[in-house]
Amino acid sequence: MNASNLTLALVVGGLFAGGSYLLLQRSLLRIVLGFVLLGHAANLVLLVAGGPAGPAPVAGKAGAAEAADPLPQAMAITAVVITLAVTALLLALADRSVTLRGEDDVPDPVEDALADRDDTGGVEETR
Amino acid sequence: MTPAVLLSVPVVLPVLAAGVSLLLSASPIAQRVLGVSVLTAVLVDAAVLLTVVDSGSRQVLQAGGHPVPLGITLVADRFSALALLVAVVVCLAVMLYAIGQGSAERRIENVPSVFHPTYLVLVAGIALVLLTGDLFTLFVGFEVMLMASYVLTTLGPTVERVRAGMIYVTSSLTATILLLTTIGVTYSVTGTVNLAQLGELVPQLSPGLRDFLGLLLLAVLGIKAAMVPLHWWLPDSYPAAPAPITAVLAALLTKVAVYAIVRTQTLLFPRDEPWTLLLVLAAVTMLVGILGALAQQDLNRILSFTLVSHIGFMLFGLAMSSVLGLTGTILYFVHHITVQAALFLVAGLVEQRGSSTELARLGGLASGAPLLAVLFLVPALSISGMPPLAGFLGKLALLQAAVADGTGPVLAVAAVALLTSLLTLAAMGRIWTAVFWGSAPEGKEALGRAPEGGRTATAERASRLRTVAAALAVTVGLTVAGTAGPLSAFAERAAGDLADREGYRAAVLGEGSTP
Repeated sequence: MNASNLTLALVVGGLFAGGSYLLLQRSLLRIVLGFVLLGHAANLVLLVAGGPAGPAPVAGKAGAAEAADPLPQAMAITAVVITLAVTALLLALADRSVTLRGEDDVPDPVEDALADRDDTGGVEETR
Repeated sequence: MTPAVLLSVPVVLPVLAAGVSLLLSASPIAQRVLGVSVLTAVLVDAAVLLTVVDSGSRQVLQAGGHPVPLGITLVADRFSALALLVAVVVCLAVMLYAIGQGSAERRIENVPSVFHPTYLVLVAGIALVLLTGDLFTLFVGFEVMLMASYVLTTLGPTVERVRAGMIYVTSSLTATILLLTTIGVTYSVTGTVNLAQLGELVPQLSPGLRDFLGLLLLAVLGIKAAMVPLHWWLPDSYPAAPAPITAVLAALLTKVAVYAIVRTQTLLFPRDEPWTLLLVLAAVTMLVGILGALAQQDLNRILSFTLVSHIGFMLFGLAMSSVLGLTGTILYFVHHITVQAALFLVAGLVEQRGSSTELARLGGLASGAPLLAVLFLVPALSISGMPPLAGFLGKLALLQAAVADGTGPVLAVAAVALLTSLLTLAAMGRIWTAVFWGSAPEGKEALGRAPEGGRTATAERASRLRTVAAALAVTVGLTVAGTAGPLSAFAERAAGDLADREGYRAAVLGEGSTP
């Protein structure tokens, strides 16, 4: 529909690149920030999908022809809410991780954890 | 009241009940009664829906009465009604099991009162994904379901659960963001997210764009379905959750994603020839999964890898792009939900009995707990494809479809499927010899009897409830095998529904309308 908006396309690309980069870091906080960026990128994609900007699509204020497409905006607001909630949950988990393990680092692979657990009696004791 | 109202109940009722359940959190008993009765009501609803859909045609509900492309559309055809019924049965069994575990371990584990509300939200999310008629509601359903599962996996956060939860949430979120992007791209090229309209518009797109969307959707849902090579998160995250949660996640979440793959690919990207890419992915999924299972030393991790492996069977049926192949997928889908739930529930019982899930620390349970051994043996043989159990039914249908197709690549994947079945039997045999045969490991001589000694009557009852719940899950699996004839016929009709894209469109959009 609106392939000509180069600025938004570049911004989306930059956000995706930055988000993916942060996602690959070892610090949990950076991973969370990576998600924030990726979430913004996805929402901008929805915005671009809505076509060119126009007056608010309120009945009586703008005709159906020139008003902005309301559907992608409804989708974007849903997505914003979901991203917000998940970000809060991720932050809580990262905080938990710092409290329990004392470090803000992605935990080691499970094979290492299994090797560590060999002496301690398995899953039950870690619960 | 029209039959279409039946469609809203599985989504709306659990959500409303979740709110009420949160208010009742002071009284665990009221929460349990509410949860079980709501799930029973949804179960009845799903059963009625199934008969209505089977006798008549697809049921469509336009939520709020908005005209077609604007509102939220719920659609039930035979496949979604069947999937919903099986899903709710498993949810009910797992909830009974969780109640048993909750009262047995309340003092140790301090199960928080958010369990029941969250679980009901999970059920609503699953129902929404199964019944939805548009792509964005599919996304919302997935999010509702995943959000509930994030909470459930990290209930009572220990180091292990936070580690697993982090992996799980991160992977699922990546898929979520990609799904959202896919929806944005789809909307910008077609101007709709309604699946029925997309089914008409997507095949008209240029081949490059169509393939791009198809592959993006496959990859996104593939992450959620744990399709190799996108399965990395599953064996690391599921086993850490409490046993009933692992059971419901393993049984339903990946399968719901498989359902979404089947739904979107059959509706939006119809194919006449077998799809080579998906054939290869299915074969790789089967092999990598089962070889991973054979390498593990922990009961729950073996079962998780087996789960990954058997996702491949369902993809195989879809990849054949024929009604027979889809019939196999549907039969396998039903079988796999029940069998995987039963296996994980029994694994939870084994863990309770032997206080470990590591093979080296278990043994001799066949003499100490013969009932447990039987409960494990039935789903284990079923998943390995032993006749006359349900797994055999699904595999037979898939192999018949492969022979009917007869092309080289399909037959090669069929051979891989047979090999995988054999290796599954080996993996299950390994669990059997390590856990049930032999003698109990040192220091745990009285393994079978020890827990009985100091138990209170309540703990005894709770333990019995867990066993009954696991037995219920196993029985459902046996019922699937027992009703093989009618079920096969039904699956064939359901596969016909999936292939009949015109009918779907007409049912949703109304006769003769054009987007």
